[in-house]
Amino acid sequence: MIPFLTVMFDGFAYGMLLFLLSVGLSVTLGMMNFVNLAHCSFAMIGAYVTITLTETLGVPFLATLPLAFLASAIVSVVLERALFQRFYRATDLDQCLLTIGIVFVSIAVVAYFYGTTLQSIKVPAYLQGSFNVGGVTMGVYRVFLIAIALFVAAALVICIEKTSFGARIRAAVDNQRMARGLGLDVDRIFALTFALGSGLAGLGGALAIQMVGLDNDFAFRYLIYVLIVVSVGGLGSIGGSFAAAVLLGISDVACKYYAPQFGAFLIYAVMVGILMWRPHGLFGRR
Amino acid sequence: MGTAASAPTVGLDPVAMLDARSRWRSIETLLWLAALLPFWLAPTHLQLASQIAVTALFAVSLDLILGYAGIVSMGHAAFFGLGAYTAGILSVKIGWGEPISGLLVAGIVAGIGGYLSSLIVCRFRHLALIMITLGIGVMLHELANTSHGLTGGADGLQGIRTWKFLGVWSLDIYGYVAYSYALIVLFVVFLVARRIVQSPFGLALQGIRENALRMPAIGAPSQSHLRKIYTIAAAMAGIAGAVLAQTTETVSLEVLSFQRSADVLVMLILGGTGRLYGGIIGAIIYMLARDHLSGLNPQYWYFWIGLLLIGVVTLLPNGILGGLSKIRALGGMYNLRIGRLLRGAR
Repeated sequence: MIPFLTVMFDGFAYGMLLFLLSVGLSVTLGMMNFVNLAHCSFAMIGAYVTITLTETLGVPFLATLPLAFLASAIVSVVLERALFQRFYRATDLDQCLLTIGIVFVSIAVVAYFYGTTLQSIKVPAYLQGSFNVGGVTMGVYRVFLIAIALFVAAALVICIEKTSFGARIRAAVDNQRMARGLGLDVDRIFALTFALGSGLAGLGGALAIQMVGLDNDFAFRYLIYVLIVVSVGGLGSIGGSFAAAVLLGISDVACKYYAPQFGAFLIYAVMVGILMWRPHGLFGRR
Repeated sequence: MGTAASAPTVGLDPVAMLDARSRWRSIETLLWLAALLPFWLAPTHLQLASQIAVTALFAVSLDLILGYAGIVSMGHAAFFGLGAYTAGILSVKIGWGEPISGLLVAGIVAGIGGYLSSLIVCRFRHLALIMITLGIGVMLHELANTSHGLTGGADGLQGIRTWKFLGVWSLDIYGYVAYSYALIVLFVVFLVARRIVQSPFGLALQGIRENALRMPAIGAPSQSHLRKIYTIAAAMAGIAGAVLAQTTETVSLEVLSFQRSADVLVMLILGGTGRLYGGIIGAIIYMLARDHLSGLNPQYWYFWIGLLLIGVVTLLPNGILGGLSKIRALGGMYNLRIGRLLRGAR
């Protein structure tokens, strides 16, 4: 029997990964109501940038993380300006189809360059191994991941709550038309937020390789998890995403340890249940 | 109609309007006759043709809820799979392989599943709707995956035996019987779907799609209309699944996969929503293209389908049939203008 606290710890670490992957989508979806199913494709870009840099060019792992962030952010903002921004007023269905199309293309492009095999990464020695605190076994890498995610969460909250850019984002999420009426350049704010959110997804993707592996199907496999976090947490809410990601991470890991015969069934059942109870998510305002 | 019938124009009289809408056009007859061509032109590809007929039926069932009622479903394969597994389990576990009754039972089971989920699904819109249909779909997939005893889990359901059709024809290796059966089922179900969408009920559904607030305001029971069509569409999807199970004599987990839900959505969008034939045309093109392209390299098939999706959404918002009718309308306007020019010149 695996100790309960170890399961909680692993679940929390997994939840932090999901938080990094999904927080950007939550904010951009809340702001523009744009259903971006390609969010995990941006995460995949970050992951493959890190794999390429470390494994073939020998760049240190830590140095690749900012580059993964940047690569995802740049690609996403280019796509946003070129393609997505024409679909803000389109129906949900068109948005879904457009972005699913991008997911398909990204999966095939990755398969072309990297094949479909599972990629692995060698993280530096100081991130390997584990230690024991009061009977709880903690992987060093997981502690590192949690530290980064908590740092990102804190930075995001400060950015959104304390800076004027954050105030503009909040205004645009709360009432886009009013924000436009007051002279805010919502499109520009949105493009920046979109880049930031996709960059965080790229960072999450880069950090995910060591924990969950990476193949070309990543964009699809994690899409469902990210959508669950976003819809359960509520659109546009960072705290909601955080809570939902922790909830999902812990229950997924606990489910795999204690009730493997149910598979992922319980997760989906809980999601449908929560959405029936609160269609706008636990922390959604609309 | 009495005295009032003396002067009505076609545009104002509702009965005449419904009649005009449901008139059987000659191009439709041609299309259905063309469906018989594979018997002579491609007798070695009849298995593929019967797969196409099954998929077309599935796409038509999705069109009822998506194209007519405006319910975006990301988990329609749930009902397809429910029908397929019902037909399969009926044969493997109970030993009943009579196809037509199996088809009906599968339709009924999928319809019940559809009714139960419609109680949830029809209350939602936007992201919550997408997530709930997706959630129900993956839940069923997981359920089938974990109940090995009933469904065979990841190994699939083996050992289905389909009895002779009407006690006369048994399945042959070339697929003559399979394609005939799939085509007949497609045609019959299509007629039902066609009747539904051209009835006043079908019009009410389109009203709900266009304006979800106004329809209740003029007294249409929106919620119960949506539940009704969702149930009907689920039953039709179940029938499609059952035909697949009976003609291929296997059921794999793939029938419930998200991939299948996404694929059918792509086909429908490609062909054009809200016009029934869109689903059929989309299924034909999609399945033929997949048969050709994935033979070359299955990994890259999704590159083309992704590109196609992006292209259709950006360039052809109403699918191929929508694009064609737009071209025709443009042509009409052009002729009109020429006519006006000629008259002006005179």
